[in-house]
This record gives sequence, C-alpha cells and structure tokens, in this order.
Amino acid sequence: MRAKGALALLALAAQAGCSEAGRGGATAARPGMTDAAPSSAARAADRQIAHTLNRLTYGARPGDPERVRAVGLSAWIERQLRPQTIDDSATEHLLAELTTLRMPIAELLREYPRPDPKLREMIAGGTMTRAEMQERYPADKRPARIAADLQAAKVVRAVTSERQLEEVMVDFWFNHFNVFANKGDVRWYVSAYEREAIRPHALGTFPDLVRATARHPAMLYYLDNWVSARHDFVIPAGPNRGRKTGLNENYARELMELHTLGVDGGYTQRDVTEVARAFTGWTIDRPRVEGRFSFRPLMHDRGEKVVVGHRIPAGGGQDDGERVIEILTQHPSTARFVATKLVRRFVSDTPPPALVEAVAATYTGTGGDIPAMLRVIFASREFHGADAGLAKIKKPFEFVASAVRALGGRIDAQGGLALARASAEIGEPLYLAQPPTGYSDRAEVWVNAGALLARMNFGLALATGRYPHVTVDLAPLVAGSDPRSPADVLDRLLANIVGDQAGPSTRAVLAAQLADPQITRLSMDDRGPANTDVAKLAALVIGSPEFQRR
Amino acid sequence: MADPRTRRTFLKAGGCALVAYAAAPRFLLRTAHAAQANGKVLVAVFQRGAVDGLSMVMPYGEAGYVGRRPSIGLQPPKRGEADRAIDLDGFFALHPALAPLVPLWENRALAVIHACGSPDTTRSHFDAQDYMETGTPGVKSTPDGWLARTVKTRPANQTPFRAVAMGPALPRTLQGDVGAISMQSIERFDVRAGSDGSARQGFESLYEQGVRDLLHGTGRETFEAVKMLRSANASRIPPANGADYPRGQLGEALRQIAQLIKASVGLEVAFADMQGWDTHVGQGAERGQLALRFREFGGALAAFAQDLGSRMADVVVITMSEFGRTVAENGNRGTDHGHATAMLVLGGGVRGGRVYGRWPGLARHQLFEGRDLAVTTDFRTLFTEVATRHLGAPAAPLFPGFRATQPSLGLFA
Repeated sequence: MRAKGALALLALAAQAGCSEAGRGGATAARPGMTDAAPSSAARAADRQIAHTLNRLTYGARPGDPERVRAVGLSAWIERQLRPQTIDDSATEHLLAELTTLRMPIAELLREYPRPDPKLREMIAGGTMTRAEMQERYPADKRPARIAADLQAAKVVRAVTSERQLEEVMVDFWFNHFNVFANKGDVRWYVSAYEREAIRPHALGTFPDLVRATARHPAMLYYLDNWVSARHDFVIPAGPNRGRKTGLNENYARELMELHTLGVDGGYTQRDVTEVARAFTGWTIDRPRVEGRFSFRPLMHDRGEKVVVGHRIPAGGGQDDGERVIEILTQHPSTARFVATKLVRRFVSDTPPPALVEAVAATYTGTGGDIPAMLRVIFASREFHGADAGLAKIKKPFEFVASAVRALGGRIDAQGGLALARASAEIGEPLYLAQPPTGYSDRAEVWVNAGALLARMNFGLALATGRYPHVTVDLAPLVAGSDPRSPADVLDRLLANIVGDQAGPSTRAVLAAQLADPQITRLSMDDRGPANTDVAKLAALVIGSPEFQRR
Repeated sequence: MADPRTRRTFLKAGGCALVAYAAAPRFLLRTAHAAQANGKVLVAVFQRGAVDGLSMVMPYGEAGYVGRRPSIGLQPPKRGEADRAIDLDGFFALHPALAPLVPLWENRALAVIHACGSPDTTRSHFDAQDYMETGTPGVKSTPDGWLARTVKTRPANQTPFRAVAMGPALPRTLQGDVGAISMQSIERFDVRAGSDGSARQGFESLYEQGVRDLLHGTGRETFEAVKMLRSANASRIPPANGADYPRGQLGEALRQIAQLIKASVGLEVAFADMQGWDTHVGQGAERGQLALRFREFGGALAAFAQDLGSRMADVVVITMSEFGRTVAENGNRGTDHGHATAMLVLGGGVRGGRVYGRWPGLARHQLFEGRDLAVTTDFRTLFTEVATRHLGAPAAPLFPGFRATQPSLGLFA
C-alpha cells in the first residue's frame, strides 16, 4: 500500500520535474538541488528573505524567494516602498471587468440606485412578481454590486499584485480608518474611499491620510459628522426645514481615540466636544446625487475652541478642522499610537517598546512619513530577531490570500469574490467591520475552534481544486525533488509552502500520511487521482499550525 | 445534575484522546473540584454599541425624561393603546417592540436592573466593552474574561462544551485558560472532507502534538468538540413549543445555544452578541431604527425561553451593554455615548417582575457629568450575584479588585 502511494506521488514529482526542466530549469539554483550543502550564511539569508516575504506580502508564491534573492533583499524592499516603479499591468488587466472600481460617486449613485420602496410594496401586494422585479431591477444593477466589486478587487490584488507591500498597507490603513460598507450611503462611497483617501497615501504620510479620510464622504457619513452642526442650528431649507439640529460627537471621539492620539493619548470629554465643534459644517453635498465634500458655513460653530491645550481662535471656518488635524497629527501621542500599530502589524502582538520609540521618533522627525517608519521597522533587530519568525497569526484574509499564493493559484475577478466569501467564513468579511476599531491584529481574536475548522476546510477545498473559480497548480511545489525519495518530495512541498519552518511533529504527521491507506488507494496510471495525493498533503500543510502564522 | 449521557457519549466519541494526558485539552486539566457540574447554564448576551437603556426600559414616571427627547422620546403607556410603551410597575415601561417579553415579565421570569453600568467613566466603546468583558473597569492588562474565570471556578466537567461563544471570534470575556469554543454554526462545525476520514485524522494529528501554545491547544479542543457534537447530533434538534426565532444574528445564536443545551453536551456558559445599538442618528421612537433592533432582541430572547420550556429552570440569561446613551437627544435625532444603561436577567430562580437598582433620577443635578444617567449598580454587583447564586460560583476570583459597596440586589429567591 505504502509503496503504491509513494509511487503515485513520485510520478507527479517526476513529471513536474520534467516540465520544469523543459522550461529552462529555473530550479537548478535551488539549494536542495545542489550537491554541496548551503553555507550557514546562505541559509540565514534565505531565512531572512522568507521572513520578509511573510511579513511584507500576502505570502510567498512559488519562486518568490528566488526572485527576491536575484535582486537583493534591500533593493527589493526599496522597490516595494515605491510601488509606482513596479509594473502591475497583469493585475490591472484582471481588474478591468470590475467597472465600479473606477466610477466616481455621482455615477455610482446614478447607475446603481437604491431599490424603489414601491417595488417591495408591489411584490407584497401581489401586483408584481419576483421575476418581474428581477427583470426591472437585476442583481448586477443593485448597489450591492459596488461592495462586491471592491471585495473581489481586494482579493485579486492581494493574490496577484506585484505591489504587495502597497496592498498590505492599503489593508492596514483602511482598517485603521475603518468605515463599514453596509452603513447607509457608505455603500456608494466605499470604493471611492479606498481609491481616493487610502490608496494614494498608503505609502505617503500619515497626516495626509487623516486629512483625506476626514473630508471623505464615506468617513463623514460613517461617523456622522456630515449631520453635526452648531448647537443652535436650524435647517434653513428642504424637507426638514425648520428642524433644530446640533452637535454629534461621533467622529470627534473616534478621530482622537482610534485615528490619532489613542484612547490613552491624553484627551478629555471636553476635548471631544471641542473637536466636534471645530468640524461642524464639514458635510456632504447632496449625499444621494453628488456625494461630494462640502463645507457649510451656516452649520459651523464660529466660536473659539480649545483642543488638547491649543487655542483655535473664533471665526476660523473650515480651517478649524484643518487646524485640529494639524494639532492632533503633530501630537506625540499620535506618533506613539501609529508606531505601536505598525510595529504590531509587522513585528509582534506585543510591540517591543524600544522599537516603538524608534518608530515614533521617526514619525516626529519626518512629519509622519510612512516609508521612513517602515524602513526603521524592517531594518530593526526586533524585526529579524530569532523570536520574530512566525510570531504573528495570519488574520483570515491574510490566510486566504497566502494559501492561494502558496499553491500557485490563479484567479479572475469571480475567483476574487469567491475567496472573499472564504475570508468571511473564517471571520473577516471584507469591508464589513462594523465598529470603527476595524478588525483586530491580535492572535486571541482569530484563533478559535470554529475559525480553525473553517481554515482547514478552506485548505482542503482549495488544494483539491474544489474551490470555485480558483485554479491551483501543485506541480511546481514538488518540482525538482528526487523522484526516488518520498521524503524528499514531502520536504520540497513543505519548503515551498512554509519554508524551513515546519516543526518536526508536523513533518512526522505528514510523513505518516504517505502510508495512509486512503491516500494510497489510487492506482498509478490514473493521473488525476495521483494529483489528489499531493493535493491532500498540500491541504494538510495549509491547515497546519505553521501555515496559520507568518 | 449533568446528564450522565454527557460523559459516556464523550468517552465513546473521544476515544483514546482522553488517555493521552500530555496532549489533553485545557478543559480536562482542571480537576480541583471532584463534584459534578450542577446542570446550570448561564447565557450572556452583549448588546454591542451601547444600547439606549432609557428607551429599552423607559422611566415614564420620571419628570426629568419629559422634554429631553423631542423627536425620539417614547409616549408614556396608556391602557388599551397599542404601539405604546408597556407599563411594568407604574414607573417604568418596556419599549413596545419588546412586547414578546411581557409574558415573561408577568410570569416573574424577567427582571430589569436599571441605572446599571461601570464605575469607569470612559465613553469609548472599545474600552468599555473590554472592561465589561474582563470585569476589571479601568484595567486593560487583565489577561482573561470574567466568564472564563467563572467557568474556571466550577467543578471539572469532561466536555469541550463547557463554554461556547456563537460567532466568528472568541469574545474577550471567554478568553483565558478554559478552552472556550467559538463557532458560527453548529452545522458547519466539522472538517468537510466528504466520506474521506483521513483528512480529518491528518488535521487532528497536526494539532495533537507539538508545542503547547494557543494554536495547538485550540486545535485539540476543536477536534474533541467536533467528535462530541457529531455524536450528539445537536444540529438536528428542532425548536420546541412552537418557538419562532426571528431572523438575524441573535436569533440564530440563541437557537443554536438552545440546541446545545437540549443535546446535553455539558454546556455551562454561553455567549452571544448583537450589533447595531450605536444610534447616533435617526434613532426613532416607538418605531424606527432602534425599535427594529428591539424587535429582534426581544423576539430572540422570548423564543429562546419558549424553546427551552421547563428546561429554563436551569438557565439564566443576562443581557449587557458597554454603557448607555445621553439623556438628551442630540442634534440628529439620535443619542451620543452616555453612562448607565438597563440590563435584563431572565430564567430559572430569578425573582422577576421587578425593576432592581436605585433610580438616580434625571434632573440635571442628578445626571452623571451633567448629561448621562448615573450608575447606581456596579455591573460587577449584578454579575457576581448571577454567577454565585445561579451557577454556585465562589465570588472571590470573579472580579479581582472589586469590593462590593452595595448590598446584593436580591435577584434570586
């Protein structure tokens, strides 16, 4: 039994090896293929590359380590920090069919209108059938299409983009300045939010991010600032004419607590109210027609404000908000808060204080320059330290994207949407974090029974080719291994998916699988099922403890 | 008493996993108490986003309520008029959308604790939820949650289902060394490899050995739970007594918690949460946004009680929210973050049909920081009482640093 299974496995390995050789033998340079053992310096360098890929990208694809080695690790990092220098036309091509991604808000409001409430009444009243409704109001003309396109795009980019660090940072900053795609009009604003407020500044400066998010309709709507007005404001016109409105503290509080100072950053309830007063009048022009930022002097509280000890004189108008952003983004608490979050993302759930201080100092010294802060992290002893390897648990989206990448998966836009559902199943529905905190970046939140099973199930479906709209290519994962040695095939598979990080017990469990009767039940001449053997091993590796980490 | 089936089923299903002590999951490692679990279940429901306690349980007899909420205030109850707040005791009234809870109130199975909350003054959702879940207001470094600590004090019970959270993530309150399970769906809680058992076995082996860390520990517990759930067939148990759960997050969660209770898998503590209470804009009054949330909330709790029927004698449900909302309506027909709120307790042994807690009043000088309902019952007083009186847990380890300054509420007979 055992021999048969091993043969099936080896047949695939040999075949993959041939095709690889036929393409020019790119694998010849791999350490496993050379006769001489790699030097310890080379091993250390390889480990450094693997670690960096784990942290700066959505996981290594087969061949990525070699590509990084070819250009040199620090040159590769520098290029990732300047994404516009990296050609990404293949990904752009895949995104082409997601047309809502590029539409301005006004066009989205026009093209994807909210359903007429009368339609629902007509169905309830029996004057219209569901089929007629579907025809008049097809699913791909509904507002839900906008978030679906954005979800699909996020997955496509994470899986295929060459600008990996940019994608990681777009995810990071979106989450930092979170908006919930299903809150009211945010539905129409959310893709523009990522495109206009987050992406252009993801590797820019932090104050620019605060400025861009503060005035974006998505944030204005999500945290209610668009309806916040001086305490005695009376709506002068329109359907609500004559209605008295007033201050709304929601944005002001979260701006300080979650975007800049941090909850212990040294502000009071008084500061919350003052900041809210400063931002009165920052609103949305015709939210269901234009959806553009506008400042309404009539709504604005013209009085003096005092914000964390800084006086803002009366009569500043729109500049009050700008001034608040200046005060907050120059505050030392903000430097520390942003530094802590970055270090938590890239280094450890418990950010080493010395590194946080160094990154905070860089923030202060550079005016919040994001690449400058990242350089400090990537060059730090803490980042490369012995205990940093696999110290982080992948969040569900990171896990999904990295699994597809590790198995050489190819997807299109539909695949992107299908994989977005996998992320949701494991606990992270994309763009749908309801609270302003966004999703957690800590292990305790993501490691739990239901989610772990969902990860294993995803690994199984993906590796065995059952996941819709995703094709994986397992042959290169075992290419170049010695077809006479099952252990070598397994080693190659592990090396390609988890680098040299597979623990001895994982290795032993997988080796035992080679002898499993259910794995070896298939005949050698059946090429398809032979693939299943490697597929099952690959699924186990994707579901293994090591692959849950980065 | 625990159903004797529990342990047997488990032994059969768990097989040799029980023998391997080194790899034993955390729920097996607490053998300090030899006694059996007493079959009691505590269900905690978290209303995330800060529910407006003044709308949930309206103080219509309070002069200070009048005029503070011109567009979102509730009309006081009036006999014979539907769609009005429902009188509870001549001073308080239930929001009309909570009508499904009225029979429980009348049966004295439902109690209200008003002006309840945290001694910490934060108005940050995140911090306040953290404090309420750890049970340590003002202290962020607490490693575990109060529900986890509660489970820890109880006699050993050889089941992975002692503590369960319904949802995609393990809530802070069940984090800690007790091996709590979280799941989105009972039905999908398995390795789905078709008829091929080798994949399940492979995954199980991967987590059986190796280092003792969060990931491996969770993995081991997961597979014990999978086996037990499969043999208990919990997902096939239908709602009983005509219980009709409303669609939505909370209804789904409570329906499945009821299945776990009825499957006798040894459940002691369950957790569910419900979002959407952060009503800064357009809160509504008798109808509207908040009313819709209450409809789901009340409907789900009522269906749960009905579904469990006489089994509710062993079950207590407690609802909580991180803080309340401003007494005055804000500029957008909504409310901003406040301080005290109302919490509900229903189920076995509860002396219901009463509103507990000292009412602090809503006159301006009576308000916390001049704007919010003041806290007169520390949430830890309430939680302690429920955990000790219902579950029989010792009070001491539940809320470190807490010294009760008020007498117990007398919630239990």
